Amino acid sequence: MTPSNAPERYYNYAYLDEQTKRMIRRSILKALAIPGYQVPFGSREMPVPYGWGTGGIQLTAAIIGPEDVYKCIDQGADDTTNAVSIRRFFAKVADVETTEDTGQATIIQSRHRIPEKPLKANQVMIFQVPQPEPLRGLEPRETETRAMHAYAEYGLQYVSLYESVSAYGRIATGAGYPVMIEERYLMSPSPIPKFDNPKLNDSEAVLLFGAGREKRIYAVPPHTTVRSLDFDDYPFEVQTWEQSCALCGSEDSYLDEVDLDDAGQKMFVCSDSHHCAERREAGHAGPMAGHALDQSKEPAP
Amino acid sequence: MSQTLDLAKIHPGFLDPVRESQAVFRKVMDAVARPGSVADLAFAVDGPPGLDCAAAAVALTLFDFETPVWLDPALAGGEAEGWIRFHAGCPLTPETSRAAFALVARAQDCPPLSAFNQGDAKYPDRSTTVIVQVAGLEGGEPVVLTGPGIKTETVIAPRGLPHGFWEQLETNNAQFQYGVDVMLVAGQLLLALPRSTRAQIRKG
Repeated sequence: MTPSNAPERYYNYAYLDEQTKRMIRRSILKALAIPGYQVPFGSREMPVPYGWGTGGIQLTAAIIGPEDVYKCIDQGADDTTNAVSIRRFFAKVADVETTEDTGQATIIQSRHRIPEKPLKANQVMIFQVPQPEPLRGLEPRETETRAMHAYAEYGLQYVSLYESVSAYGRIATGAGYPVMIEERYLMSPSPIPKFDNPKLNDSEAVLLFGAGREKRIYAVPPHTTVRSLDFDDYPFEVQTWEQSCALCGSEDSYLDEVDLDDAGQKMFVCSDSHHCAERREAGHAGPMAGHALDQSKEPAP
Repeated sequence: MSQTLDLAKIHPGFLDPVRESQAVFRKVMDAVARPGSVADLAFAVDGPPGLDCAAAAVALTLFDFETPVWLDPALAGGEAEGWIRFHAGCPLTPETSRAAFALVARAQDCPPLSAFNQGDAKYPDRSTTVIVQVAGLEGGEPVVLTGPGIKTETVIAPRGLPHGFWEQLETNNAQFQYGVDVMLVAGQLLLALPRSTRAQIRKG
């Protein structure tokens, strides 16, 4: 592999130019100093379209070094197109080792999941964020939502949750469930399932959020209070399943429902592909173990 | 500020700017994410006279043409100023309230934290990051830190801070979301005190 700073290298190390990295790095430090507050940043054009993780990629590019071990997941899976291509991108432009193993990784970039394995203090979790503003669905004007954050005026959010209770009998939000950071800033956890919200609270790892199209960076430092909004009589609760994972038998992981045929056959499997594979290797088996989908299928790099 | 630089007097910056600034940033990011934890930046750079190694490393990593920098009078006009202007290319400002970063050579001479930019209600990120060189990060009065990034509490004991500094920091924290973010630097070591951190002198 060509050393990162060899003159013949076509791109700068980690793709971004140094001034862009400095700008993003400054934004990250301010984001960590004001947990949950959205720092505007000069988001650049990336070699993928908006919506494909440009915010997360820019955060990764600004912090990654050759010593890092990089993991990228999409909805929990290591082997989806988006995750594979972003992983290869950083293997190429940042000379990093990549992995599917949650425990090995030092930087984990994710679209919409937090791995099942608890994060550690030496890890940085990077979230790709489509819409950083939790209040955007309620108030379209940025000038107004910024003022609402400035004065911690979050009544509208509670009205919205109340309306959900009155319409559905429960708080119906399943993903992107709003959280309060240190009882000050309302924050969107990105569209992770609310199943993952409790993992944000008092995390060991640094959590960084990047929205490329919306040009915002925000962060949750380790050991920070992250509270999912709720009411005394309608407390926050996470999804549960009657099924266990069809392949590994896990009863406490987040499950995806997979249609198997046109006759309505379906299976429930772990959304976290590495978690599931690791359990199967350890000898755990679910009711459909041995199914054709039950094989590791990471394409050759 | 407009005199030409004597290049012969300018100390080198990073030998490998890409790698070293990345390595420095990761340490600094961790220090800000875990207030009170000490980052060792010995690997990075020997700064010019008057500037501690860690302060110099932060300057090269974070300063550029977008960041007005306020230099303490002990640094302004000297070799350190020339070094920063040459390597970082940042504008210098004499107004504390306009500075994105402030470099204080001697903690004893640090202007009141309230003199720096405190940020805007809607854009609190626009406040000044104040880098203060202290005599040491150990051996001073024990101070208990709590807040985001700290599991229970962290005790630090930096030396050489001016009288009343911790009261200023308490006021700084009390006005959250406004406030400056502080980094204390001694030689190659750095620790961060972002505005979210509560600091109290240990009693008894």
